[in-house]
Amino acid sequence: MTHRTIRVGGLTRVEGEGGLLVRARGGRVAEVRLEIYEPPRFFEALLRGRSWTEAPDLTARVCGICPVAYQMSACQALESLCGVTVDGPLRDLRLLLYYGEWIESHALHIHLLHAPDFLGYPSGIAMAAGHRAEVERGLALKKAGNELVAAVGGRAVHPVNVRVGGFYRAPGRAELAPVAERLRHALDAALETVAWVSGFDFPDVEHDYRFLALRHPAEYAVLSGEVAVSDGPGLPVRRWPVEEWPGHVAEEQVPYSTALRARLDGRPGYLTGPLARYALNAGRLSPAAARAAAEAGLGPVCRNPYRTIVVRAVETVHACEEALRLLAAYTPPDPPALPVEPRAGVGHGASEAPRGTLYHRYRVDEAGLITEAAIVPPTAQNQARIEDDLRALVEPRLDLPAERLAALCEAAVRNHDPCISCSAHFLDLRVSHE
Amino acid sequence: MTGSRTKAPRVAVWKFASCDGCQLTLLDCEDELLALAAEVDLAYFLEAGSARGPGPYDLSLVEGSITTPADARRIRHVRRVSRKLVTIGACATAGGVQALRDLAGVRAFASLVYPRPDHIRALERSAPVSAYVPVDFELRGCPIDKGQLLEVVGAFLAGRRPVVPRHSVCVECKARGNPCVLVARGVACLGPVTRAGCGALCPAFGRGCFGCFGPSESPNAAALNARLRAGGLDDDELARLYRTFNAGVTGGCGDA
Ligand code: SF4
Ligand code: SF4
Repeated sequence: MTHRTIRVGGLTRVEGEGGLLVRARGGRVAEVRLEIYEPPRFFEALLRGRSWTEAPDLTARVCGICPVAYQMSACQALESLCGVTVDGPLRDLRLLLYYGEWIESHALHIHLLHAPDFLGYPSGIAMAAGHRAEVERGLALKKAGNELVAAVGGRAVHPVNVRVGGFYRAPGRAELAPVAERLRHALDAALETVAWVSGFDFPDVEHDYRFLALRHPAEYAVLSGEVAVSDGPGLPVRRWPVEEWPGHVAEEQVPYSTALRARLDGRPGYLTGPLARYALNAGRLSPAAARAAAEAGLGPVCRNPYRTIVVRAVETVHACEEALRLLAAYTPPDPPALPVEPRAGVGHGASEAPRGTLYHRYRVDEAGLITEAAIVPPTAQNQARIEDDLRALVEPRLDLPAERLAALCEAAVRNHDPCISCSAHFLDLRVSHE
Repeated sequence: MTGSRTKAPRVAVWKFASCDGCQLTLLDCEDELLALAAEVDLAYFLEAGSARGPGPYDLSLVEGSITTPADARRIRHVRRVSRKLVTIGACATAGGVQALRDLAGVRAFASLVYPRPDHIRALERSAPVSAYVPVDFELRGCPIDKGQLLEVVGAFLAGRRPVVPRHSVCVECKARGNPCVLVARGVACLGPVTRAGCGALCPAFGRGCFGCFGPSESPNAAALNARLRAGGLDDDELARLYRTFNAGVTGGCGDA
């Protein structure tokens, strides 16, 4: 048969850029490749020889959308290596910072990147023409998140106040008061957002995802917890401590992508992120978030990738409500950081970035210099599973016009909000029929 | 996104090797975003929308450094289709954090990160945009400051030069009334040689400046380094202090 290659422009409204190749043979999909050709930035290499104290500032630069996640996973890895546990009011302040990031990142994705897919607009800005109130509400919500990050961390992108052991300075109650005021409105906005997005028209799709997320005994895990894995519907949940990550998750390189690809217990194709967190932790949502989830009809587990927008909205409610609770009880921790002395060894840390579990590992020598670093971002973990989603989408639709198919694929990729910058520019869809 | 109004200036936002933080700063102008979008035609901005209006563009904002052969070609294309080209952030202006590889060699780095480094196509250097094409204005910071970004966009749209400071963070620190962390607490601080723009953020949070806005105009690094050495910093520590997000330029600024 003749070989056909169709090019249809780039993947937009994701962080970073990538390409998509679908090869079909005899009406069946033979291969799907999500090609991440974001230029590699070699973070794990440039961390070598740096001081252990520099990891939070340096790794923040992996991603401008979720720098707090990088800072938190890095800090916790280094603290565990030094035998220090940050808890109590210092941990609460970290949680506050992290909730701020969840709110700004989720609000950005929901309103500016994802909702336009459901309402038929090319962008959130264009969507404002027909849905001005919703876009403005989304921007206000995002602003509340950014203000929380800035109040605790100093600025919204790449906060400067985070250090191993805690913070450089704990903000005073008065500094946080205006943020609390704005968050009260943000909570209402987040609840309205759940109601808005749950009314979208969702394709009737479900996948048998294998899920991976952190799980915490008392909280809807954000900052820390054990790793929990659900291998499929009806199967028991397995759990293991973060230190055992290297025994379970291995990264491999695929020639067409600068992002490494993770396998879980020998197999590629698992999912981390909102659907996984919700499936493994829904019972620990804050009261308003749990009610909102029930009203949105989510059920105990959601396997429809298009509904990630609803789960993100529910998580935004959770983040606002929890942040308000922490702010009400806030007294500045004194001192603002625990003393941490470096020692030689290996430390592991993981936290829930808005897009999924983010794992860091560092080896440090006696002088406190990093001799080895490993970072496993959510996109590396989700890449193979996104390809599986695309395969299921494309196969019955191979006869669609290329442009229509590309739009559907882009939307399906966007469900998982892949942050391509974390790995390493235009998403070109090429469909080749052989 | 206005398409129909042919008079609106056409703005494009481009990304090269970077973290997206600087373009995100544009989306973080929550209060101004819709107003700005009504004034200009955001004709090309992949992170924010699917619109891919063709050039030429009146103003291109470029984020990220040039690190691959394909990007070296793409930045020349961007220059050809742009009337004015402004780089935003330390990556586009100085090579960014990824320029740290210039010190070690890209092959050595690739083989530390990738099992098959031969599949990775990357240039030896992570270079600022100005290494490839003429640039009309460079906005510094890792990330850039929101207020400065609005000033720069506004100035170019009005056809004037943007007003952003060239003096050091120290000046902002004094204006803000921060106690000097270097003098009062002996904390290593690059404020004296770093360009203003952040509002002296780090000293306000009780830590030393680590130079994320790059060098100020005519910095006296030798004097600062003598003081930092007297405070106990050894050469390796001093080198690391300078070599973060602007290593591509501060290499010529410190005597370290
Ligand atoms: S300059 Fe800094 S904030 Fe801006 S894109 Fe580069 S790494 Fe990100
Ligand atoms: S004080 Fe220095 S390191 Fe801190 S934000 Fe300002 S320029 Fe960047």
